[in-house]
Amino acid sequence: MSVTYDKIQTTTLGSAQASVTFSAISGSYTDLVLISNVDITSAGASINIRFNSDTGNNYSYITIYGNGIAHATNKATNQNKSYIAAYVAPNTSLETVIVTNIQNYSNTTTNKTLISRSNRASASNSPGAEVLSGLWRNTSAITSITLAADSGNIDTGSTFTLYGIKAE
Amino acid sequence: MLNTILGSLSSGLVAAVGDYESIATVTGTGSASSLSFTSIPSDYVHLQIRGINNDTTGYFVSATFNSDTAANYTIHQLYGDGSSIAAFGLANTNYIYAGVAGYSSSSMVAPMIMDILDYKNTNKFKTCRMLTGNDSNGTNTGYIQFNSGLWRSTSAITRIDLKLTGNFSTTATFALYGIKG
Repeated sequence: MSVTYDKIQTTTLGSAQASVTFSAISGSYTDLVLISNVDITSAGASINIRFNSDTGNNYSYITIYGNGIAHATNKATNQNKSYIAAYVAPNTSLETVIVTNIQNYSNTTTNKTLISRSNRASASNSPGAEVLSGLWRNTSAITSITLAADSGNIDTGSTFTLYGIKAE
Repeated sequence: MLNTILGSLSSGLVAAVGDYESIATVTGTGSASSLSFTSIPSDYVHLQIRGINNDTTGYFVSATFNSDTAANYTIHQLYGDGSSIAAFGLANTNYIYAGVAGYSSSSMVAPMIMDILDYKNTNKFKTCRMLTGNDSNGTNTGYIQFNSGLWRSTSAITRIDLKLTGNFSTTATFALYGIKG
């Protein structure tokens, strides 16, 4: 049995910035897991994701969301980005935790999918939980991941850690 | 309750590096409706199955443990398709829902992650949770699902069978991992 859960890279923002990119991702693993602890400078914005710098309309997503009082579901097709969380709390002390799984990212036979779950605990900034399924219609191996806020910037102190999981 | 459930999920099985090991991988052949993990070692505390599904029938992936196909399972499900959201549950079923279908073409796959907690504990019934989804860019109805499952047996889990109504395509692949305590 081999050890198979490796940290690839961690990024902690020293200042607010528009996007975060993991580049030159090795094809050595089976799955990727991205752990994000993030807040943004603009209320109500989402964190979007693109692969391999593709800005074409090759993405889609489906999401469900609940906050203890209400629940909702949403979807979109032919988008120029998918998402890891549809709403991120704009609060530096109560950041949104996001776990994003990208399965079989390096094969060249299937389109690439992600499933992401996020939680924001803030009592004053729309607390809630969300799970999301995303699709990138491309069979290329994923070699770069770019994360960005739909509006505003990703705030200082936000952290992103990318892990690789390798199956035997 | 939703916050409690998903909060627990999100704080769950993110293993420390070095405590997470690959056990086995199974891949569809295009002509078989089941894929099995057998002789699962008892070296771990938890198990996790990660994979992508594809089949030709557009049906869900079921799971059974230790070849038990009797009505000893319970399932609960929270799901949405982008238009409606719903919850669902069944008691005394013959399997649990492990993953959604990945249909429309062999390249459209459905990811799933299945956590099986305390799988070798002989004092407890076995529980698991699944996060799974499919999205074909609107070609077929897509879903995101958060499922839980119960197997009313105190036996240690030594075998897991994943099954479809149709056959697993060659692009379907599932990997079993062990997580140490």
